[in-house]
Amino acid sequence: MTTRFLLAAILFLCSWRADAGIFNPEIFSLDNGMQVVVVPNHRVPVVTHMVWYKVGSADEGPGESGIAHFLEHLMFKGTPTYPGASFSTIVAQNGGQQNAFTSYDYTAYFQTVARDRLELMMELEADRMTNLELSERDVATEREVVIEERRSRVENSPGARLREQLNAALYLNHPYRRPVIGWHHEIAGLDYDRIIAFYRKWYAPNNAILVVAGDITAEELKPLAEKYYGVIPRADTPPRDWLEEPPHQAARTIELRDPRVRQPSWQRTYMAPSYLYGASEHVDALQIMAEILGGGSTSRLYRALVIDGGLAVSAGAWYNPDSRGPGTFTVYASPAPGVSLDEVAAAVDAEIAALIADGVTEDERKRAVDGIGASVIFARDSLSTGARIIGSALAAGQSIDIVEDWTERIAAVTPEQILAATGAVFDERRSVTARLVPEAGQ
Amino acid sequence: MRQPARYAGLALAAMIIVALARPAAAVEVEEVVGESGVTAWLVEDRTNPIISVRFAWRGGAAVDPAGKAGLANLVSGLLDEGAGDLDSKAFQRRLDEHSISLSFSAGKDSFSGSLTMLTGKADEAWHLLDLALSEPRFDEEPVARIGGQILAGLRQDEEDPDAIAGKTLMQALYPGHPYANPTDGTVASVEGLTRDDLRAFVRERLARDNLVIGVVGDIGADELAVAIDRVFGHLPAVAEDGTVADVDAPDEGGLRVVRKNVPQSSILFAQRGPDRHHEDFYALYVVNHVLGGGGFTARLYNEVREKRGLAYSVYSYMAPYDHAAMIAGGAGTVNARVGETIEVIRAEWERMATDGISEAELEDAKKYLTGSYPLRFTSSGNIADMLVGLQLDGLGRDYFDIRNGLIDAVTLEQANDAARRWLDPDSLTIVVVGDPDGIGDGG
Repeated sequence: MTTRFLLAAILFLCSWRADAGIFNPEIFSLDNGMQVVVVPNHRVPVVTHMVWYKVGSADEGPGESGIAHFLEHLMFKGTPTYPGASFSTIVAQNGGQQNAFTSYDYTAYFQTVARDRLELMMELEADRMTNLELSERDVATEREVVIEERRSRVENSPGARLREQLNAALYLNHPYRRPVIGWHHEIAGLDYDRIIAFYRKWYAPNNAILVVAGDITAEELKPLAEKYYGVIPRADTPPRDWLEEPPHQAARTIELRDPRVRQPSWQRTYMAPSYLYGASEHVDALQIMAEILGGGSTSRLYRALVIDGGLAVSAGAWYNPDSRGPGTFTVYASPAPGVSLDEVAAAVDAEIAALIADGVTEDERKRAVDGIGASVIFARDSLSTGARIIGSALAAGQSIDIVEDWTERIAAVTPEQILAATGAVFDERRSVTARLVPEAGQ
Repeated sequence: MRQPARYAGLALAAMIIVALARPAAAVEVEEVVGESGVTAWLVEDRTNPIISVRFAWRGGAAVDPAGKAGLANLVSGLLDEGAGDLDSKAFQRRLDEHSISLSFSAGKDSFSGSLTMLTGKADEAWHLLDLALSEPRFDEEPVARIGGQILAGLRQDEEDPDAIAGKTLMQALYPGHPYANPTDGTVASVEGLTRDDLRAFVRERLARDNLVIGVVGDIGADELAVAIDRVFGHLPAVAEDGTVADVDAPDEGGLRVVRKNVPQSSILFAQRGPDRHHEDFYALYVVNHVLGGGGFTARLYNEVREKRGLAYSVYSYMAPYDHAAMIAGGAGTVNARVGETIEVIRAEWERMATDGISEAELEDAKKYLTGSYPLRFTSSGNIADMLVGLQLDGLGRDYFDIRNGLIDAVTLEQANDAARRWLDPDSLTIVVVGDPDGIGDGG
């Protein structure tokens, strides 16, 4: 007990140091409600400028799956001030690299540029927040591009098709059951009017977060943020829906058979608590548990199935606690030649049973915590990692403390708490087991 | 009312070109030589308590002995799987306990390694790398396990359109040459590899005369000199001769179709290009940027994706291997429109060869290529990778300082002359993997 109190005392003292957090951002808000985050990193005169909208595929209405992602593509089609492709042209002329991405909970746009080009990027990004000008032709052509993207990411890959089916089976009610990129037939039906309506509904300063990471301070950024983003009027953005799952009463198993499968695989995904949904008191413990059970080549699953048992060519676990809605906890294995999916499934289940029965050792806990601590230092080495982690957390609705106090909370988790957390995940009724097999059967 | 702001933005853009002339002014590359003669390039950076080490030996998968394709790749999977008195589990556990990342990989022309550590764990990290290089165990269990993982990947690749296209393209371009052998081998070649082959690879290929090292982070020259002696100083002085013949892509291109029942065809294409030291390299590098480079502004992007919606991804790039250089590219498109996509790509190739680029395109390309160069210096791992790349390519220690000048020096005449002399749609070797409509299966 003495050691633990001492540790707690040190952590308490640390929390008063200015640099005690992970990325040490400065956060403020503009009068129109737009949140601004600065993540200083003065190593090179470069900045990453990101705008995150608190809208993603989970906010789409019935029949319009894929609209958030489709709109993300169309955001590069121009405004009256910067028509056509001028956005991309100007970014490129300034040596900038840019892109955008859409997830269940958010849509984000970013440019990485030399620090003295930041102001221009802010002007461009602020302009397209409310001034997008689309033609019917833009929508028609880009629809083909999006469908090609879907073909290449999903339809060409049996494994990706199975993951899509898995999510549709896992969530009984929550919109995470629909793919972010959308169902093919619904993308085909998305038209100009629906897309513009979605844009007007969600794209507003009061529903956006500006994150700038790199060679900049809050003092320097604030006047620029006010000049470009602060002048955009607040909009009457509706609150995001909060949807809950009913009790899951039946374990589900799905199987995708395809002649193109040459390496079978097995996975089971459990609906799990996230920081914002369900039994969130277990989330920190579950991250350590996932690391011990299936994080890399020293984990229990890899050792038991791949090294000692020779049953599998790969095995592991991963946990996603960061979503606004339910999280997921996944265990997976790909069998070695001559081994059946049922055999690897039984071996994974045996490891889970041992974990539930005996918990983890102090040694395992300590190694996992040390690894997480080191990962934070490595994360600081990159310019954009902090901006991405903070942006995605805030856009999903987390508080900044969830990010910044992560290592302290992780360090305080006890083996008893890890054992207790197993109960928040390992109930087969909340899971989908997915089997990927060659067409002829195994 | 928005118009003035727009001009202000452009003026700002013009003003800053000067400031960017030396993109990496803050990055000073130091040469560190150990007593053994082993040399490393170092960028000392005390920002974070991290040391990123990258190293490579010339001679990669292309020098795998006949019938043993995939040897370098298998070794790369096994060097962190047990060494000295540490078996695989013990070795991996030591890495894990000290948060040390160690990995190896095989390319066509080089065999490389990556070691990343916290400063406080440097002694242990150097020790484990030393063990891995001097006393790798190649125990039966990890050899079977990692070999099994590679075979599982190869089996998956047999039905992956992109993987099939990549292998088919290299076979079409360089039949009979080692470049036609897949880096990760074939099921038959990998199954035939023995522990003796692995030991021979380490003995013969990992020497001092073909080694380059790049280090970035929280370490000084004196400390690094000691570390590289300790880790690399005992390697054999000279690697066994592993010559690879120079080879060229054929003058006459062609179309190969590999039929697979997938909704979207994977298209890859390539023709001969200038090697890294050819006088046309930078001119064609600029031309390629206009044709199919990054930044969402290239002609192929505009014609194939923006105007016609034919593909999500379409691109071209310079691929100067040590023994064969090419300009290559790719696209993915629905089976019904493969013919149209290839026509558009060939037409753009022809237009570039005939008309070249405009003065405005040249200026825009230079602004992007020089302005984005500093963005590569945003993590210690990236910089260390570049230090190794420069040495493998035979470029100077001042390259970070002179590189943008080399781009800026390209004239419109040089660019268009290079485009005319190099680009030839008839010499494009094109591979399509999928079920394309309306095109013959070629040969």
